[in-house]
Amino acid sequence: MASTTTPQALDKNFSREWFNAFIRKYAIVLIFVAMFVGMTFLTDAFLQPRNLFNVVRQISVVGLIAIGVTMVIITTGIDLSSGSVLALAAVFAASLAQQPDWHDAKYPGLVVPVIVPIVVALAVGALCGVINGGMIARFKIPPFIATLGMMTVARGFALIYSNRPVSGLTDTYNFIGQGEIFKVIPIPGQPPLGLPIPIIVLALVAVGAHVMLNQTRFGRHIYAIGGNEQAALISGLNVGRIKIGVYTIAGLLSGLAGLVLSSRVGSGQPGLGVGYELDAIASAVIGGTSLSGGIGTIWGTIIGALIIGVLNNGLDLLNVSAYWQTIVKGSIIVAAVIIDERKNR
Amino acid sequence: MSESDILLMENISKSFPGVKALSEVNLSVHRGTIHALMGENGAGKSTLMKILDGIYTPDSGQITFQGQPVTIDNTQRALQLGISMIHQELSPIPYMTVAENIYLGREPLSRFGMIDKRKLNANTKALLTLLEININPTILMKDLSVANTQMVEIAKAISYDASLIIMDEPTSAITEREVAHLFGMIRSLKAKGVTIIYITHKMDEVFQIADDITVLRDGKHVATVPATQTNKVRLIMMMVGRELTEMFPKEYAPIGEVVLSVRNLTRAGIVEDVSFDLRRGEILGIAGLMGAGRTTVIESIFGVHKIDAGEIIIKGRKTQINSPTDAIKNGLALLTEDRKRTGIMGVLPVRDNMMIASLPKYEKKGFLDGRLIETTYKQEKSRLDIKSPSMHQLIKLLSGGNQQKVLVSRWLLTSPDILILDEPTRGIDVGAKAEIHRLMSKLAQDGKAIIMISSELPEILGMSDRILVMHEGRVGGIFERKDATQESIMQAATGHGLDAQARQEEMTA
Repeated sequence: MASTTTPQALDKNFSREWFNAFIRKYAIVLIFVAMFVGMTFLTDAFLQPRNLFNVVRQISVVGLIAIGVTMVIITTGIDLSSGSVLALAAVFAASLAQQPDWHDAKYPGLVVPVIVPIVVALAVGALCGVINGGMIARFKIPPFIATLGMMTVARGFALIYSNRPVSGLTDTYNFIGQGEIFKVIPIPGQPPLGLPIPIIVLALVAVGAHVMLNQTRFGRHIYAIGGNEQAALISGLNVGRIKIGVYTIAGLLSGLAGLVLSSRVGSGQPGLGVGYELDAIASAVIGGTSLSGGIGTIWGTIIGALIIGVLNNGLDLLNVSAYWQTIVKGSIIVAAVIIDERKNR
Repeated sequence: MSESDILLMENISKSFPGVKALSEVNLSVHRGTIHALMGENGAGKSTLMKILDGIYTPDSGQITFQGQPVTIDNTQRALQLGISMIHQELSPIPYMTVAENIYLGREPLSRFGMIDKRKLNANTKALLTLLEININPTILMKDLSVANTQMVEIAKAISYDASLIIMDEPTSAITEREVAHLFGMIRSLKAKGVTIIYITHKMDEVFQIADDITVLRDGKHVATVPATQTNKVRLIMMMVGRELTEMFPKEYAPIGEVVLSVRNLTRAGIVEDVSFDLRRGEILGIAGLMGAGRTTVIESIFGVHKIDAGEIIIKGRKTQINSPTDAIKNGLALLTEDRKRTGIMGVLPVRDNMMIASLPKYEKKGFLDGRLIETTYKQEKSRLDIKSPSMHQLIKLLSGGNQQKVLVSRWLLTSPDILILDEPTRGIDVGAKAEIHRLMSKLAQDGKAIIMISSELPEILGMSDRILVMHEGRVGGIFERKDATQESIMQAATGHGLDAQARQEEMTA
């Protein structure tokens, strides 16, 4: 630097650098805040507590999937099977949660505690994840292909298991997706609002995933594999086992999403969750997860999912047609990746 | 520039981050001659030729070709001028045919703008026949042997009808019969007035075909001499005869018991029957030319590659090492040669890069202890004098020397007994280099056993207690520090050592 640089100039440089760094790091948060403020001014309904809770409730299912997908993408992988695995877990779980006297019960007369369908949903998801991870780590199949296969196969199994919606679910089961706790938030002229369970589930999972990624060995290994797989291998990491672990977690979260979604809509349908994997990937990417691996955060992904949620909700409130909504959504995803590419340069 | 010169390169300089690859190099080449370019690994031969081929842009200097000053920005420009190059690293497109590979980008077209396959194949057939290369133009490149792939590359370079052809170690992958064939082609090209610049390490070849020889060393021009006025010994001296500056000789360390024995290590086709011992407190240098199998030997010991035969004995116990995980458990550490490809995790912070191989150490009840990580970082930072603003800095933003120190630290944190360092000072500045050398001495004094691969002879001679020289996948010789000279090592590395002579005598006897 030239010798004429004054302390003031240095200071100015420093603050500008700091500002640029801040913008780069939190650009996505700023975009979210801007959208939030914009929607508040453009529509009356947006800022209503009930509407805001709806937004979060709506993203909770995709959000759960997106958390798993974020980990997968950090390892430079991809998971296209999430939506189908969700459906498979949903039909299995729902069939174990039907009212015993329901006219169309899959297992008439069956009564099991609600923990059974919960465990089954998670187990089905985790199993699909193990298979994904096994194909990728042991047989060296590209993640895109392995999970594309799983996407088709899991959907097929869901349809074979039940080609029509599994309905008539017990109230206990439905409480998972529809229930609220802490009904204390006052709303003028209406019964008080509580915290919807799906939001609590999403929050717990997000916090857990964040801690795992940052504070545990396994979490740092995930970043290391994405940062440089060859170097991770030389550093003694069991790359194959870690990858299987990551895909298993992603599958498990898809199963959890299936549980939440089927109980929210009150039936396990083989057609649930079509295209959710793409929304999940979009959330991760908008949130700054790099498809070339090694970069990504859970809070970024949650913001990414919120951006999609606010966008959907706001465009609905503004009476924008569903067709236009998809166009806006697609453009935002691409724009996010362009921003991401530029900041990595 | 005299009339007889086709090419004049003057005062060519080129720097890469952290390295001065070429400084003020001059090269003049007579028209219609075969001009050999020689020098050690890293002397700057390939860099100089890549500048001539338009792949690199020189920082300064002037190129005059066919009497005209020229700027060569890219390979297309080089081809327009009549310069083509056969690269050391082959780059065939595996699922395209021989003909498609040779005429890539200049395929003959039919009237409708489609590729005229018949003409393409006919042209290729004619070219290959002319060169007496017996390869079917329509088979896929992937089905060719390495030697035949090389022959296709040679044919491709010739097919441009260039007036100057650069050949960068064209014989590294082919057998002697094909070498003879290649030399035949080179001579007939010369007879047609084509000029050849020929890069090689191999002494025999030089004296078989070269008219003139230019020697580079450390990015500088040493001499240009007619081949008839020099000999092997003098050439080797020119190649290695630098002053021993910037040397940081190993300090005394007591040498103890054998901690690692390698017996008959073989990885088919690359490494044959390599055996050596390594003692506590010792630095064993491994020298050899590029492609001699040095890296394969140590990567096989470390479990990166499967070995076909041989034993690894660590502290007296025969040990099976199937993966780097096993190697680390047995007290080995490997600093790899290619920092970018197998070392750093560029997008991750210094902290992760430093701790990744030793994470269990910082675990408390299943969670990483942030405070312990921070203290460790600070200790390592001051111990190795790492210049980094914070442990959250992305490693790719550090200089090469500091990146290397972080990687050294990564391995020291695993508390290894045996450190394997593959080109530990490649591409880093002189200061960092000295620090790494000092650290190696210190580690040896602490009782670590060290293997160091290096392509720099002064480094090998300065740092090693013993020197193992690899030649074509085998041990070409093992020298004690007091017996080793640059000449003896270079001879062993080029196959002109005592072994080679002995073998020759054996064969003639």
